[in-house]
Amino acid sequence: MASKKEEIENRKLILPGEEIISSIDYLPGRNCFREGNSIYSKKLGIIHVTNRVISVIPLSGAYIPKAGDMVIGEVSDIQSNGWIIDIKAGHDAYLPLSGVREFIDTNKTDLSRVYAVGDVIYAKINSASGDSIQLSMQDTRARKFVSGRLAKISSAKVPRLIGKEGSMIKLVKDRCKCRINVGQNGLIWFEGEDEEKAIKIFKMTEEEAQKDGLTDKISKI
Amino acid sequence: MKRLKNRKANDFRTITLEVGVVPNADGSAKFGFGKTIAIAAVYGPRKVYPKWKQRSDRALLNCVYSMVPFSTTDRCRPGPSRRSTEIGKVITDALAPAIFLEEYPKSVIDVYIDVIQADSGTRTAALNAASMALADAGISMRGLVASIAAGKIGKEYALDLEGKEEDASACDIPVAYMPTNKKITLLQMDGDLPVKDVVNIINLNIKACEKIYEKQRQALKARWDK
Amino acid sequence: MNRLDKEYITNMSSKGTRMDGRKLDEFRKIMIEKKPIEKAEGSARVKLGKTDVIVGVKMGIGTPFPDRPDEGVLMTGAELAPLAYSKFETGPPRADAIELARVVDRGIRESGAIDTKKLCIEKGEKVWMVSVDIQIINFDGNLIDAASLAAVTALWDARLPTYDKKTDTIDYEKKTTKKLPVKSKPVAVTIIKIGDNLLVDPNLKEEETMDCRLTVTTKDDGNLCALQKGGISGLSVEEIQKAFEISVKRGKEIRKKI
Repeated sequence: MASKKEEIENRKLILPGEEIISSIDYLPGRNCFREGNSIYSKKLGIIHVTNRVISVIPLSGAYIPKAGDMVIGEVSDIQSNGWIIDIKAGHDAYLPLSGVREFIDTNKTDLSRVYAVGDVIYAKINSASGDSIQLSMQDTRARKFVSGRLAKISSAKVPRLIGKEGSMIKLVKDRCKCRINVGQNGLIWFEGEDEEKAIKIFKMTEEEAQKDGLTDKISKI
Repeated sequence: MKRLKNRKANDFRTITLEVGVVPNADGSAKFGFGKTIAIAAVYGPRKVYPKWKQRSDRALLNCVYSMVPFSTTDRCRPGPSRRSTEIGKVITDALAPAIFLEEYPKSVIDVYIDVIQADSGTRTAALNAASMALADAGISMRGLVASIAAGKIGKEYALDLEGKEEDASACDIPVAYMPTNKKITLLQMDGDLPVKDVVNIINLNIKACEKIYEKQRQALKARWDK
Repeated sequence: MNRLDKEYITNMSSKGTRMDGRKLDEFRKIMIEKKPIEKAEGSARVKLGKTDVIVGVKMGIGTPFPDRPDEGVLMTGAELAPLAYSKFETGPPRADAIELARVVDRGIRESGAIDTKKLCIEKGEKVWMVSVDIQIINFDGNLIDAASLAAVTALWDARLPTYDKKTDTIDYEKKTTKKLPVKSKPVAVTIIKIGDNLLVDPNLKEEETMDCRLTVTTKDDGNLCALQKGGISGLSVEEIQKAFEISVKRGKEIRKKI
């Protein structure tokens, strides 16, 4: 079915099972696999080559939690030693007592006074494997949001919204005069002057992340 | 006996495809062979209920096939039947080889397929829809799966049996095929036919699956290449 | 429902606006498709914003109820298919699916939308059985109004199959041009209460924030024919009357689309 590919078409749209290149000079990176001499894509996405590593950047799909990611979540339940956080992924995350900055004496303090059901937090994923996702508030960026609004985009579009070294999100913050925190899980917190413009930009990113010229379009809004 | 609508031996019905038809799902697609239409929605990978069923080495794949009451000539009662349960299992076994299940331990990938109009070939339409929905959901796959059924009416083979053709056919042989690695992942047969014919029919199905695969690819790409 | 969304929705509604820019008494964009399912005797697909519902009408012959020997039988069913929303589960219909079916059914029945006496074939022996089945494709709030609109559209669009009295067989492949004996177009309008405000046609997030809801089904002549209150808070008489006003007004507009 697949003809021998000699050249990589960088930034081309590719489907699962489609051949990217027939060569042993490259390594299969994220979302790719090697069979024989060829490298194939595992997902529907865009081909990306850096040095000798080929990856595929997915265009859609549920958020797969990764250690080190900052995510936004909602407290959905309180247990004796921590909180269950809904991070809009296939599994709920857990914020243990040990993940909170302050010392809490559970004999004296009701955990709901720290984080109550319905609270929205910005936290870091300490570890994620299988069905166990552990969060922590130890990172300096972590906090509970007391005001502001939430938006959601597909987690696959988050890198585009953030941009290279945060260039895109900085542009959005400046143009909308908003404070913005983007969770890798696709949830976005924002608050500021032109919140409507921010929403427009989030929507545009969701719809056109894979196309060129998004930065220009956004600058022109 | 002639085929309905003057179709030739290896003509399949007009195919309709649409990706992203259920916004709430992680991935979704609609697929139709003529009047037979199936909608598939994928949720996952996600939590397994009850927890003890989960596997620590890979994801569970749960494909549920249902026929909507108004889909059939005589209204069918809602809820699972023995037939729909078997088809769900056969579809699960047809899609599992195409998915890197090992990437999602302690999770389940739920694929719900509703047939909203039935005119023969429902399981093949369901599979085609499910395959696209999985790709749309960003699930790691070895390749897409395409599916079609065929039979023999009189002396001629008949691809993609439609409605009453099923009664006139000596057999019904659905096949699911992965064009990227040339593997058959679903094979069933109802009927009475010599080996040679069955082999010919399987090959007829495979050729058609390759064409269907092309359409699936186009539909998935069209979603993003506006 | 998280605190931020809840506060935002509540604040917005006290200012007379909503997340998607609608006014409080405005419906989302309504899309109606007739005959999406050709094989069925009648069908319609309705989208209210992202809520997407298909209703199919199937007809059969059966025995009438003993207390109504000369009337056809109308049955309405609904499935909250797990396909439509991550929180819908497989299994037999639970309370919310049953409530949906019964509220839609009540609107049709009480408005006399179908003249069931005209569905009699042989008194006490044979009548037409009309099955209305509601299938959810995508859930984003307000299933009742979407399903109701699709059901009425499907009934008005339906055509009887050919029935041979002598052999007592139905030929579904041969549809007649004969319509169902439809007489009226009931329209359900659901209103929710958030704080002191009434909002029409709630989306999912608004339904999760609401204090309670009231579905008001109106007839062509402006009369009410069905009411259903849901949710855990109370409504004042003034609020209920306001809801009636809104329903009659929006009901008229929507009725024109059927």
